[in-house]
Amino acid sequence: MIRQCSILFGCLALGELIVWLTGIKLPSSVIGMLLLTLFLKLGILKLEWVRGISDFLVANLGFFFVPSSVALMLCFDIIKAELLPIIVSTVASTALVLVFTGWTHQIMRKNGLLRK
Amino acid sequence: MDYLENKYFLIALTFIVFYLAKLLQKKTGLVILNPILVTMILLISFLEVSDIDYETYYEGGKFIEFWLKPAVVALGVPLYLQLESIKKQLVPILVSQLVGCVVGIVSVVLIAKYMGASTPVVVSLAAKSVTTPIAMEVTQALGGIPALTAAIVVCVGIFGALFGFKVLTWGKVGSPIAQGLSMGTASHAVGTSAAMEVSGKYGAFASLGLTINGILTALLTPIVMELLGLL
Repeated sequence: MIRQCSILFGCLALGELIVWLTGIKLPSSVIGMLLLTLFLKLGILKLEWVRGISDFLVANLGFFFVPSSVALMLCFDIIKAELLPIIVSTVASTALVLVFTGWTHQIMRKNGLLRK
Repeated sequence: MDYLENKYFLIALTFIVFYLAKLLQKKTGLVILNPILVTMILLISFLEVSDIDYETYYEGGKFIEFWLKPAVVALGVPLYLQLESIKKQLVPILVSQLVGCVVGIVSVVLIAKYMGASTPVVVSLAAKSVTTPIAMEVTQALGGIPALTAAIVVCVGIFGALFGFKVLTWGKVGSPIAQGLSMGTASHAVGTSAAMEVSGKYGAFASLGLTINGILTALLTPIVMELLGLL
């Protein structure tokens, strides 16, 4: 458990360091995630060294953002004031993402198969 | 009433309500009863009724929220495990993710802006398609309202889970891989769980979409927003 936490928080701390050094506008956690993948791929870290805690965290990802979703009570006023733009843009954009992602993948695969 | 402001009580309450909400969804099988949504509504109602402000709740809540960042780092493990399947279809997956990511950011931002939303709200909507920890971090880095992003992301997930497959059928997206991928790309973990219910293959590609779009959105949102002149 201590080893698992050392690795996980080590990657996160490296991510924080990179953000601090470069001022890059990226979440330190995303950099930490990519570093963890890289270290696993390079064989510097073994999968079983992080498996327990990472499985637990990934399986319960949803729970950890409950406190931040409760912060919605702080922005009732904004949502009330801009309800229509928020709903329309979100729903329309989500439908567009679904269709465009699907189309692109289908077209790319079709062309790939024809070439073969 | 002071006891209700005790941080350990509030932490325990958060655990218990979420546990019961998960149980409720399992029992009913209703997608709309998303545990995060149910917990959010119940906790906000409780805090409003007992006149506890968010700052007091956050005294306990911050210990739960603390684990968000390590949890995002932990997503590196499923990503590593999927490297092989990504490699096999690298180009179609990457290109479709790239298209989905950019379409998602640009369309939501332009529509909201056109309909008169204020800049902080527009910024908070940009990362709406990806899983909350990443979306909130992006919003935070861009100076939006993370709380608003969290709420929107949950709603996007529920919309995708409820109507995603219908939209895909209307849009003539028929291939199982494309459908799974799209569900994860557009509506993150909630859409992925809906895809997982169809079959494991759908679910695997949905989680791929959720991971890659999460990374791309984190990487590209600042650039796209800058190009759109919104930063």
